[in-house]
Amino acid sequence: MDTILEVKNLRLYYHTSKGVVKALDNVSFNLKKGETLGLVGESGCGKTTTGVALLRMPSPPGRIEEGSQIVVDGRDIMPLSDKQIRKDVRWEEVAMVFQGAMNCLTPVYTIGKQMMETLQEHRDMDKVQAAELIKEYLNLVGMPPEVMNRYPHELSGGMKQRIVIATALFLKPKIVILDEPTTALDVIVQAQIINLLKKLKKTFDLSFIFITHDLALEAEVCDRICVMYAGKIAELGTNAQIYGKQGPMHPYTEKLLQATPLLKKKVDTLSFIPGAPPDLIDPPKGCRFNPRCHKVMDKCREEEPPLLEIEPGHMVACWRCVK
Amino acid sequence: MSIKDDDVILRVENLKKHFMPHQGLLQSLSGKPKKLIKAVDGVSFSIRRGEIFGLIGESGSGKTTTGKLVMKLIEPTSGKMIFNGEDVTQTDKARTQAYRRQVQMIFQDPYASMNPRFKIRDVLQEPLIIHKIEGDQAKHEEMIIKSLTEVKLNPPVEFMGRYPHMLSGGQRQRVATARTLILNPMMLVADEPVSMIDLSTRAEILHMMKDVQRDLGLTYLYITHDLSTARYFTDRIAVMYLGKIVEMGPANEIIDEPLHPYTKALISAVPEPETGKVDLIKELPISGEIPSPANVPPGCRFHTRCPYAKLECSAEAEPELMDAGNGHYHACRRWKEI
Ligand SMILES: Nc1ncnc2c1ncn2[C@@H]1O[C@H](COP(=O)(O)OP(=O)(O)O)[C@@H](O)[C@H]1O
Ligand SMILES: Nc1ncnc2c1ncn2[C@@H]1O[C@H](COP(=O)(O)OP(=O)(O)O)[C@@H](O)[C@H]1O
Ligand code: SF4
Ligand SMILES: [Mg+2]
Ligand SMILES: [Mg+2]
Repeated sequence: MDTILEVKNLRLYYHTSKGVVKALDNVSFNLKKGETLGLVGESGCGKTTTGVALLRMPSPPGRIEEGSQIVVDGRDIMPLSDKQIRKDVRWEEVAMVFQGAMNCLTPVYTIGKQMMETLQEHRDMDKVQAAELIKEYLNLVGMPPEVMNRYPHELSGGMKQRIVIATALFLKPKIVILDEPTTALDVIVQAQIINLLKKLKKTFDLSFIFITHDLALEAEVCDRICVMYAGKIAELGTNAQIYGKQGPMHPYTEKLLQATPLLKKKVDTLSFIPGAPPDLIDPPKGCRFNPRCHKVMDKCREEEPPLLEIEPGHMVACWRCVK
Repeated sequence: MSIKDDDVILRVENLKKHFMPHQGLLQSLSGKPKKLIKAVDGVSFSIRRGEIFGLIGESGSGKTTTGKLVMKLIEPTSGKMIFNGEDVTQTDKARTQAYRRQVQMIFQDPYASMNPRFKIRDVLQEPLIIHKIEGDQAKHEEMIIKSLTEVKLNPPVEFMGRYPHMLSGGQRQRVATARTLILNPMMLVADEPVSMIDLSTRAEILHMMKDVQRDLGLTYLYITHDLSTARYFTDRIAVMYLGKIVEMGPANEIIDEPLHPYTKALISAVPEPETGKVDLIKELPISGEIPSPANVPPGCRFHTRCPYAKLECSAEAEPELMDAGNGHYHACRRWKEI
């Protein structure tokens, strides 16, 4: 499979008045054409920051640091000017469905007007052409054309999410980043949206980065899973490597899975990870997970474990995996 | 298998809550009849002493309204509530106040329910003052220590001096639980207590709530849209759809052998870590979204979305809950055929 995205040594720091938040520290991964790559981890681990970095749109006071590389379809986008990014990368090649975007539709405008605005901002089109295209996209996401005359409050959460997804696809991006696209929805609506995303992926030949903290959902949509902890990749592997019989290799992934209640499997107790992810201004020395790890050794408190390939395609950053 | 009266802590009979919709001037001038919002439309269940009873369903199914009725925060339109053998549907102010001590609520967002300038000691003393619990400071302090110990915040004295913002999410939910326990309640109502909380903390809180329930022999009404936590957490489950219970029974049975098409649909929609299913479009035995409670479909209220619906389902009277044996109830007339 061809590689559509390659991220190398990505560092994104938030330069706050309290200090430098190292939200992403040397993150490297790639995304193959037609693939869905999952990003999981507790909140604050850097998932959303990864998403906005790929749009080259860090929220202030964030900055993508020197030496980071983001290669989209063969072109390193880091040296590009802001103007070039706006002209042919952001939304054009890489689009993002932001977390909670469905609740950020402007309440006083009709859906049609909002979609029209987005479209005309990027494309030279008259109203008639634009309206035709909007109807086509509404149809693709399973909505009738009448929705154009509706206001956001007249729509259910699932319908609003369909609108947001349609809007993200307008400019025919190659990569779509989905940030917790179903977190606020009920299970049935969630399943409907997931089905829709799978269908659209085929129709438009898309590649997805799917962000969620729900490991059960991740298992159902992602070809590969990237587990993030405290601004770093803890483990990256195929669906089978993470969820298969052998199970994950990183203690963090292991615990996350054990903390996920499963419907079909009744357990007596759920295990949990005591404490919370660290402050990224002053992360723990050694392995960033060491203060919460059940398998911690002396070395873990001193030296940072490298991200190593322990079997083909399976990367782990844990001293326990270094033979 | 009917439940013996002695074992029942709360019995709810045909409880209804219909809201009057807000109307614009034009609408009221047009003289169109108002359509009642039937948020809770005839719900009956019994919760046993010492059990965790789960109320599940999609949003808009009437779970929160049912919880508020049980908490006596709102008045029912009709129906009855029997608590501990006593009819508590209509109560005077003093009795209502006493009831709210016996039946406590755990909130979704513990941080929002705490005064950030209060130390944990004051957060916990607040309900003692509100409910005029007798005792001097030393006596109150003793009660505070006891409740913090119950939720395993050790050493309690150290936590009493901290502010809410100094605690982790899991610790804050422990404090919130301690605050309800300090009044020695018999029953707790928890409406989506973990749905806004991060994964690993969620497991910690459910674990803690279960421990507390076992240690103190409490009864919980656990309200959620999340079937997976319900399976882990509850003894029995009632599935609500559009203001009514459509299935009710032991948690394991509801999830392993659901009888009602709505429960079957809910279960099939839950993602499960099982490799090799990526990219497969899931067959969902349900279509569309939940209708408005102002327009409850006639007959079986689920028929508009049900894949098994026949003419009789919409034409005939709504099926009531029927016992399929072993206390497993359902409201589907076609349950044997599907
Ligand atoms: N605009 C910002 N300013 C300062 N810090 C931020 C900002 N956005 C995110 N962060 C910090 O960066 C880290 C990663 O955050 P985020 O990418 O939102 O994580 P996730 O999406 O995994 O929850 C967190 O420590 C968060 O507090
Ligand atoms: N005070 C109210 N006035 C009018 N409608 C209400 C009111 N409270 C709830 N509803 C409606 O009743 C239905 C059930 O709501 P709710 O009990 O919150 O359901 P759930 O908790 O299952 O999501 C919803 O359609 C809701 O909009
Ligand atoms: S009664 Fe009829 S419509 Fe209702 S759930 Fe059963 S089969 Fe479906
Ligand atoms: Mg995020
Ligand atoms: Mg609710």
